[in-house]
Amino acid sequence: MRLKSLVPVIYILFLMLPIYWLVAMSFKTTNEILAGFSLFPQTWTLANYIEIFTDPTWYWGYINSIIYVTMNTVISVLVALPAAYAFSRYSFVGDKHLFFWLLTNRMAPAAVFALPFFQLYSAVGLFDTHLAVALAHCLFNIPLAVWILEGFMSGVPKELDETAYVDGYSFPRFFATIFLPAIKSGVGVAAFFCFMFSWVEMLLSKTLTAVEAKPIAAVMTRTASSAGYELGLLAAAGTLTIIPGAIVIYFVRNYIAKGFALGRV
Amino acid sequence: MAQIKLSNLRHSYLSKPESDEDYALKKIDLTWEDGGAYALLGPSGCGKSTLLNIISGLLVPSDGKILFDDQDVTALPPAKRNIAQVFQFPVIYDTMTVYDNLAFPLRNRGRDEETVKERVTAIAEMLEVTDMLTTRASNLSPDNKQKISMGRGLVRQDVNVVMFDEPLTVIDPHLKWKLRSKLKELHQRVKATMIYVTHDQTEALTFADQVVVMQDGEIVQIGTPVELFERPAHTFVGHFIGSPGMNVLPCDVKDGGVFFAGERIGLEGPLEDVTNGAAEIGIRPEFVSVSGNGTGLAAQVRKVADIGRHKVVEAIANNSRIHAILEGDAPNAGDQVNLEFKQSQTRLYKDGWLASTPGEGVQ
Amino acid sequence: MKTQNQRAWLFVTPVLLLVAFNALIPMMTVVNYSVQETFGNNLFFWQGLDWFEQVLRSERFHNALGRQFLFTFLILIIEVPLGIAIALAMPKQGPWVPFCLVTMALPMLIPWNVVGAMWNIFTLPDIGLLGYFMNHTLGISYDMTQNPFAAWVTIIVMDVWHWTSLVVLLAYAGLVSIPNAYYQAAEIDGASNWAVFRFIQLPKMKTVLTIAILLRFMDSFNIYTEPFVLTGGGPGNSTTLLSIDLVKIALGQFDLGPAAAMSLIYFAITLLASWLFYTLMTKNDNKS
Repeated sequence: MRLKSLVPVIYILFLMLPIYWLVAMSFKTTNEILAGFSLFPQTWTLANYIEIFTDPTWYWGYINSIIYVTMNTVISVLVALPAAYAFSRYSFVGDKHLFFWLLTNRMAPAAVFALPFFQLYSAVGLFDTHLAVALAHCLFNIPLAVWILEGFMSGVPKELDETAYVDGYSFPRFFATIFLPAIKSGVGVAAFFCFMFSWVEMLLSKTLTAVEAKPIAAVMTRTASSAGYELGLLAAAGTLTIIPGAIVIYFVRNYIAKGFALGRV
Repeated sequence: MAQIKLSNLRHSYLSKPESDEDYALKKIDLTWEDGGAYALLGPSGCGKSTLLNIISGLLVPSDGKILFDDQDVTALPPAKRNIAQVFQFPVIYDTMTVYDNLAFPLRNRGRDEETVKERVTAIAEMLEVTDMLTTRASNLSPDNKQKISMGRGLVRQDVNVVMFDEPLTVIDPHLKWKLRSKLKELHQRVKATMIYVTHDQTEALTFADQVVVMQDGEIVQIGTPVELFERPAHTFVGHFIGSPGMNVLPCDVKDGGVFFAGERIGLEGPLEDVTNGAAEIGIRPEFVSVSGNGTGLAAQVRKVADIGRHKVVEAIANNSRIHAILEGDAPNAGDQVNLEFKQSQTRLYKDGWLASTPGEGVQ
Repeated sequence: MKTQNQRAWLFVTPVLLLVAFNALIPMMTVVNYSVQETFGNNLFFWQGLDWFEQVLRSERFHNALGRQFLFTFLILIIEVPLGIAIALAMPKQGPWVPFCLVTMALPMLIPWNVVGAMWNIFTLPDIGLLGYFMNHTLGISYDMTQNPFAAWVTIIVMDVWHWTSLVVLLAYAGLVSIPNAYYQAAEIDGASNWAVFRFIQLPKMKTVLTIAILLRFMDSFNIYTEPFVLTGGGPGNSTTLLSIDLVKIALGQFDLGPAAAMSLIYFAITLLASWLFYTLMTKNDNKS
């Protein structure tokens, strides 16, 4: 029994170690890093963070990422809501095929789309804009949002809709004032997962931007090669990217499994 | 097979219970005789499932002992107690066939395949599931699944007791009576002690020889269905059993008699050690009648419900509601009537508990 | 029963347009490239299925595909049993449950290039925690920029670190949904711990485990950023997985024809897996 409770403890320690190392590095001075191994920062410094918050290329990386991630989340959830409602309430010609086709896009390797996306968004004049990344991430986030929302909507009894119509509600009014509140946790979970998957994705966001909308990931690669030099800066930048996820994850803790399984648990 | 004795049993789900309120079971002393068919009846949350889980060993009581034929089993785990339990929702092993499901408890105990086959075949026949033995258990209907759960309990020949925890909850109403009579039949054939937990009085009264009524973690009354109906030991039992339940009317005890609405009411027998003051009269609707000659308690009829064989009349007398079950003619709503109580069935309750004794009726 | 309603198409049109814009047009581009040869200046020549033949026959593709299958295979046989074991060991209720769920999910919410960078810092031979521990405390020579075996171990451990929690969370969701009565009945039936696992827990986890396995299959099959940042596909080509190779050919060498043909073959494999995934999941939906 004691042994059993040790398993999660050891696992969580294993998960925390690399994160600890990243955070510890971010508070070390360059001299200390280059001087050799130290388990804890010997002289704590905020220099790395200060540099990030004062250098526009750094902090604009964050702002760019946040802009396209937010745009993507809003677009994905907004268009997914009616679609998920249709899938959960109606049967129509081709619904099953459409649902499957949406799924295939969640499963598509991003590497396959990197080059054609570059050409497509260059052709329509969106290259190096936030909108380009936001739209590109819709490829996998819209299917995700549709599936999650459909899962939550199917949990709401159809009688709710019928009662509302009998009471004389119009569809838009019913949807906004009755149905949305009933699935608000689902909307929250869908938004969280869109945010997350857009935030963690790197290949497409890097491919579709150059200067104006350069995400934090691309900024980080600038320093990724060095062996020691600027490692502290890289660690600080990495630490800052963990924070958004860490803040919101508590609110969706009971839905994490459902979200990753596309609403199918 | 064994006699099961619960002695001084108390249980609390809290680690440090302080007052009586903290106990889900408050001091239970009870003996289940070998081979009896018992029902444990009470509203939800009265502690009946707790009691059941203590007997099966899924819970260890805070205080007290459980004896199987004078052997103390309080510390034994369920598998060692040789008991069987059927749960509210059918528990079956989805991936196994019906045969393997029934064989499971025997195989776990290392019985040889020959014995297993013999027992499984016998039980399957008894439950009328022989033709399903090779199907996967997950494909069965709920009532058949519940039959299989019962079968797993009965397949071991030497079980001390088979316990049923509201086993018909998920069964379609039209199949309920079938399964219930199957159970009764099984009891007669295997002669094992059976304890049937339910909040449904019909199920309890049709299944059991002895019914144990519980409320708030205490046993209120033990008796045959007829005893519970005729002489409820507590107003709770009177309310809980019967439809509608017993009429309970506030009354005054004074001058060696009992008064309701200023009228003296005749009781079944003499009062014993009843101090003067407030008490309650208990009378079943079945024993209330409308008098034809203008004597008796004046009341106004509020409602009359025709429920087939008889009519249920609801009347108000002195701000108290009285139900009467009448055969044949009944008054109409709004009528002024006089009600009569059958004296031999009129009882007095003090602080909820029965206070009158049967005997020569007293006025 | 759902209402038959063709107007539902109105509701799905925005989704359809957006996803089609992202999926169909690029896919057409890829198909176009895959059957043509170009020498620049927008001049294209019909090439038929030559590129496909070339890719399917090339040793480079075989090697990348082989590495990819090996990687995915190792990921699955490590992460799935490990995830189940951890889920089984987790408390069913109590104050520690939310803590476990949140800390376990954390790695999955870190940007993928940061995951790679983090493991890079973690494993640096002289100044990384793991690297220092291996080289100086245990005395095992460990440098993934030099040693292909060390590189493989590192990308596997990194993926285990990154994604095992997905299996844990799904398996755990399946486990807590098992009613207590099942465990009680098994206890009364005298079932061993193994029998409880084999006949109760495993069957009840079947759906979530199917999802977990297929998600892990596809995500590990499509993996790009983390190993690319960590090893860059090296040393040599030892950790050049399918996606890394594809990007090298397409964006590095600009061999558009072979890259497109490879994309389509790659995509066909994932499509097959998606179909399997969908069939299994909807089969389950229909039953319940």
